Amino acid sequence: MNETVLELEKLTIALPPGADRANAVSDVDLALRAGKVTCLIGESGSGKSLVARSILGLLPRPHVRVGSGRILFEGQDLAVAPQEKMRAIRGAKIGMIFQEPMTALNPLHTIGRQLDEVLRIHTSLGKAARRTRVLELIDGVHLPEPGRIIRSFPHQLSGGQRQRAMIAMALLLNPRLLIADEPTTALDVTTQAQILYLIRELQREHGTSVLFITHDFGVVDDIADEVAVLQRGTLVERGTAGAVLGAPTHPYTKALIAAVPKLVPPTARPPNMQPIIIEAREITKTYGTRGLFGGRVTLALAGVNMELRRGETLGLVGESGSGKSTLARAITRLLPIDSGQILLGGTDIARLPRHRLRPIRKRVQMVFQDPYASLDPRQRVIDIIAEGPIIHGTPAFRAREEALALLGLVGLDASAAKRFPHEFSGGQRQRIGIARALALHPEVLVADEPVSALDVSVQAQVLALLADIKARLQLSMLFVTHDLRVALQVCDRIAVMKQGEVIEVAPTAEIFFNPQHSYTKALFAAVPGGTWQDRKAS
Amino acid sequence: MWQGVARFARNRMALFGAAVLGCLLLLVVLTPVIYPDNPFKLAGPALQPPGGRFLLGTDTLGRDVAAEIAYGARTSLLIGVGATLAAIVFGAVIGGIAGYYRGRTETVLMRVTEFFQTIPAFIFALLIVAILSPSVSSEIIAIAAVSWPSIARLVRGEFVALGGREFVQACAGLGASDARIILNHMLPNCASSIIAVGSLLIGTAILLEAGLAFLGLGDPNVMSWGLIISAGRAVLRSAWWICTFPGIAILLTVLGINLIGDGLNEALNPRLRER
Repeated sequence: MNETVLELEKLTIALPPGADRANAVSDVDLALRAGKVTCLIGESGSGKSLVARSILGLLPRPHVRVGSGRILFEGQDLAVAPQEKMRAIRGAKIGMIFQEPMTALNPLHTIGRQLDEVLRIHTSLGKAARRTRVLELIDGVHLPEPGRIIRSFPHQLSGGQRQRAMIAMALLLNPRLLIADEPTTALDVTTQAQILYLIRELQREHGTSVLFITHDFGVVDDIADEVAVLQRGTLVERGTAGAVLGAPTHPYTKALIAAVPKLVPPTARPPNMQPIIIEAREITKTYGTRGLFGGRVTLALAGVNMELRRGETLGLVGESGSGKSTLARAITRLLPIDSGQILLGGTDIARLPRHRLRPIRKRVQMVFQDPYASLDPRQRVIDIIAEGPIIHGTPAFRAREEALALLGLVGLDASAAKRFPHEFSGGQRQRIGIARALALHPEVLVADEPVSALDVSVQAQVLALLADIKARLQLSMLFVTHDLRVALQVCDRIAVMKQGEVIEVAPTAEIFFNPQHSYTKALFAAVPGGTWQDRKAS
Repeated sequence: MWQGVARFARNRMALFGAAVLGCLLLLVVLTPVIYPDNPFKLAGPALQPPGGRFLLGTDTLGRDVAAEIAYGARTSLLIGVGATLAAIVFGAVIGGIAGYYRGRTETVLMRVTEFFQTIPAFIFALLIVAILSPSVSSEIIAIAAVSWPSIARLVRGEFVALGGREFVQACAGLGASDARIILNHMLPNCASSIIAVGSLLIGTAILLEAGLAFLGLGDPNVMSWGLIISAGRAVLRSAWWICTFPGIAILLTVLGINLIGDGLNEALNPRLRER
């Protein structure tokens, strides 16, 4: 048995009065052992991040504070340790990695200076010794050309490189405990796989204990030795990774695992022989300003071709920056394109002026990614849904009647009609967004990452709803996602995009069993927890 | 809405401001009852100190200072509110167009706005009143003309931020016209900022008005606080009350309005409070 580095004893974190529950977490017992990775998994609002913050003494006081219980680290209770003591512990003995490295790094200082600062504060090393140590760590996290990296500013590095720099920073002083709060959530899958591998490698090398906070069971499978499951502030299950993932005992854990989209062979579907409803021909789009002094231009779409048949679901898969969202917005004519044609039912809509777009809008509707940003916070739900038909000339009372019916169709209660968006959860809001898109009776539904902002259990429900509605209303759907697992589940055909180009299009089963392009293969290999799910499926 | 009212009510300074403004409004409403006579009318001997027959004394011509202040309050509020409303409407139109259409339209409109901001506000207001000849309406025009740029910049900034939001794109995707997007979705979402900044503008406008009147550029036929101070400044050392009481009135009004503005800002934009 490895020695315990940090122990939480009946930790309770109190929320201010008026919050949705009295305690963010209550009576959490957890032991973090040296040389082990403990994953704390939970859905949004489960209190998992607050546990991490409480260990570092970084709770947003005075509103949120440790109510009772102890946080034992090297024989002292961090819950009651004074701030000066915590400062000596933070960074030196407990390292931290955050979700978004861009906001965690100071944009005005070079990477080298920020790492050097940590050593200057916590050690008495000389300038040369500090530099050696910084370079050593940069090299240790496998960043190329350490000499160049330390002179770079955060914005000059990619997301994965920044996260590597953050890890180097967290490990500079050889902390005994590393806390990683969703460190790979903001990264692409291939980068995520690399970062997970790196954390594992470094942790073995240094014998560090890691508290890894995540919402993704795939990630848990890739990295965890031990797993603790948090449900609305209560620790419902704890054990080794094998035990919890292989034979979960608590119903909540079971439900969570069941909801994770699986990397399983899709069922072969008959080829779609319907006519093409929407088609993109050689469309290009560049972003950026061509100003007086040149300016920077990024090619977002480099001559993309794609076609969607009636009743079909086409998945657009790719990493961030691949142009998949740009393509979705170009096809709905929310973004102007530079050249090429967009054919809707055989007529080119790429150059139509705005006033002639209105009838097109009725036929192509969009569901957006962020359910918090895509609904007007000052409108009532009924008005949000009824707005489209009203714009297109339906009398207001009729549009409202139809909106009420649509609420039922997307699985919301009629009492939702009079309420405002902020009174709903993410999944419910996404249902409202879907109802708004359906109100115009479109032929084509473009869904831009409709579930990526949702918890897995909610994700599964929204995906089921989309599939149900698609079948019932015989819609054609363009489904944009970064998650291959989701694409396999819902799509008939999948188009893989990279750097503004479609590099491979094939029926789902074909792409799964026989990916042609090396990049498609890399995407499959990087799916978190891929091997575990293969095991489960077989 | 009610949450906003409750948040406002928790702020003691804002409540004080609201009380001051409430008293002022009461005074304005009751003025014709308390002082039915024209405030320019001679009421008694000149330069009577306060406390005798006249609550706040009389000025160099024997007019009742208290009556003058009561009528001046009406002028101050009328011009303050009128000029601010005009500035908000004009500024919101300019800023809204610039922030919604972006591109060259924005460049032109915002350069014009900045041009107006580079001219010292008070001197520019003086110039406009001098050209238009002193009257209540020209004062309103002059004060609005120097106040609108801040509103335009605020609205432009809010519109730029809102324009990228998905709900605005979703609305465009439904086929909504520009007017519908702007009036139904964007303006309501920046109304709280406009109200908060606008309420602070009223205070500035009242100060500007007092300044103009002090320099003799107010409407000569309308009583105003600046005018009283202007008339009393020659006898400041011998008859202190003529300048002091309207001065206090200006101080309390502007302070009260600013406190209300801060309170509204905090109540309507709760994120500001998270400090």
